[in-house]
Amino acid sequence: MTGVPDQPKSKVRLATVWLDGCSGCHMSLLDTDERLVALAQHVSVVWGPLVDAKVFPENVDVTLVEGAVSSEEDLHRIRQVRARTKILVTLGDCAITGNVSAMRNNFGANAVLKRAYLENATLDAQIPRQVIPPLLAMVRPVHEFVPVDVFVPGCPPSADLIFSVLSELLAGKMPNLAAKFG
Amino acid sequence: MPRQTIVIDPVTRIEGHSKISLHLDEEGHVEEAYFHVTQFRGFEKFCEGRPYYEMPSLMARICGICPVSHLIASAKACDAILAVRIPENAVRLRKVLNLAQILQSHALSFFYLSVPDLLLGMDSDPAARNVFGVMEANPAMAKDGVRLRQFGQQIIEWLAGKRIHPAWVVPGGVSSPLTAENRDRILAGIPEALANATRALDWFKNEMEGFREEIRSFANFPTLFMGLVGEDGGLEHYSGKLRFLDAGGHVVADYADTTYPDYLAEIAHPWSYLKTSFYKPLGYPDGVYRVGPLARLNIIDGISTPRASQEWAEFRELDRGAVLSSFYYHYARLIEMVYALEKIEQLLREPDALDANVRAHASVNNTEGIGVSEAPRGTLMHHYKVDGDGLITWANLIIATGHNNAAMNRGVLQVARHFVHGNKLTEGMLNRVEAVIRTFDPCLSCSTHADGRLALEVELRSHEGELLDVCHTR
Ligand code: SF4
Repeated sequence: MTGVPDQPKSKVRLATVWLDGCSGCHMSLLDTDERLVALAQHVSVVWGPLVDAKVFPENVDVTLVEGAVSSEEDLHRIRQVRARTKILVTLGDCAITGNVSAMRNNFGANAVLKRAYLENATLDAQIPRQVIPPLLAMVRPVHEFVPVDVFVPGCPPSADLIFSVLSELLAGKMPNLAAKFG
Repeated sequence: MPRQTIVIDPVTRIEGHSKISLHLDEEGHVEEAYFHVTQFRGFEKFCEGRPYYEMPSLMARICGICPVSHLIASAKACDAILAVRIPENAVRLRKVLNLAQILQSHALSFFYLSVPDLLLGMDSDPAARNVFGVMEANPAMAKDGVRLRQFGQQIIEWLAGKRIHPAWVVPGGVSSPLTAENRDRILAGIPEALANATRALDWFKNEMEGFREEIRSFANFPTLFMGLVGEDGGLEHYSGKLRFLDAGGHVVADYADTTYPDYLAEIAHPWSYLKTSFYKPLGYPDGVYRVGPLARLNIIDGISTPRASQEWAEFRELDRGAVLSSFYYHYARLIEMVYALEKIEQLLREPDALDANVRAHASVNNTEGIGVSEAPRGTLMHHYKVDGDGLITWANLIIATGHNNAAMNRGVLQVARHFVHGNKLTEGMLNRVEAVIRTFDPCLSCSTHADGRLALEVELRSHEGELLDVCHTR
């Protein structure tokens, strides 16, 4: 297990956040397969789709963010995450550039809603507006709203890349992705 | 006591973000429940103007959990635009890829998301009630789950070159044949994977006894069921006819899959980004139906592989008509994992599995195409229109979780009424409200083809049906 410390003093507090993405970046993290079991000995996953926490906790060491900022809820979430996280990592192209998630910007939020709910619904055609968070006018990458410490590109980034970045962070080093991408 | 609103936000251990809010009346009884999806991305619109041949790769980005399902439905819609019959071996290899996808996705749903409830207990400590807790409590079982998901993903990688968002499925077939080396690697892995899957199935059947209350209350009510069946009525995930079955187990109708607009319609709700599909001849809400593993095992006349066929016969003994409790989605999922492995082996042992003819070439011959396949969570439909140059002018997608939307809503209400009582709320009760959603394994990335987060709202209504209060989940 390259880079994973043998005897950590206390477990690193890791969170994973899913904004406007397809979950592929999370799946690539799971594609570390049995290495995930080894990682779990050194980290405690305190928030994310795999665990049951309901409130984003304080004092998170590392947060991986998948997806772009698309709705008011995403915006609220990413600001809260930034305030409570030491090292913020954007995982994948949607978080870094907007990628596929930002393709709706060519049309605008209203046009995409109209297509799905007015034109492609046969009964009670209406744009949902109750309870659910409104969409922002434009989908934007995470770094346009909050400072980001590490960028891990790919659609999705490979499991090997994610594992090497996590291993370095767990060892207390800042990964140098420029070295990996030349 | 005063009326209360309980908000569960987010719903955890599902493939998406969600909230549940429960409204209780003065006596502390749950009155009404809604299930909200809070994400929207707009794929149906923003694909406009793109060339049709980009669609499989673009549409795969709807979902990183089941990208292969979108690749296949999308490529089938494009095959229809080309008006080609794709080579036999391309069909075979697409089938193998789809089954590998079903295997890995079912392993994720069962071992990573639901085993924490089933093994550690619905009422266990939420801080450890997750896959990492399973790794500590039963490392062997956790390992089986990791290995099964890994094997499914590896088959995808060996066939298509990449585990997530491969570009190998193309209009007209697939871009390259299977090598002998990769076929042999897949075949060599089958025995271990089958052992893992049957171990989980046997374990689950033993444990069912301890979940009587959940079986009774987890979306256990009559609905229609829908899914693809083969021409012989057998279990089928790639192509065939679309069958509707009623709760008594009688076939309502079999349809050509490419005529879905004739019998399916969608309703939009003001409180969710997730639309609900229903069966037109019965209208809404009578035409509510369920899809996915439970539906597939209900609608079929048989299974073509030996071990899964035996398990299916035992499964059908659970009820006289269709098997109704959504708790049994887990059971059906495990049987499908066994089937997927057996079927992959059958397909790859066929003599032409290495045939190099895997792609038909043509240009635009139709301006409209519909592609239907069975995704892990149920029937997936991609429907495109193009102009003479093959640029997309219109698209409609119907996704498994949309078919199940109404049943999920009613299931949440049923389980909340059964387990949640205002005077003594426990975390374990609320976890069961979430657990019923987990049985459906909703894919929220998929279901909103957009940013798909799931949220649930409960409205408080008087006995006369007057709306007294609506929960605003923020
Ligand atoms: S970067 Fe790619 S894999 Fe990751 S969320 Fe976006 S579309 Fe999905």
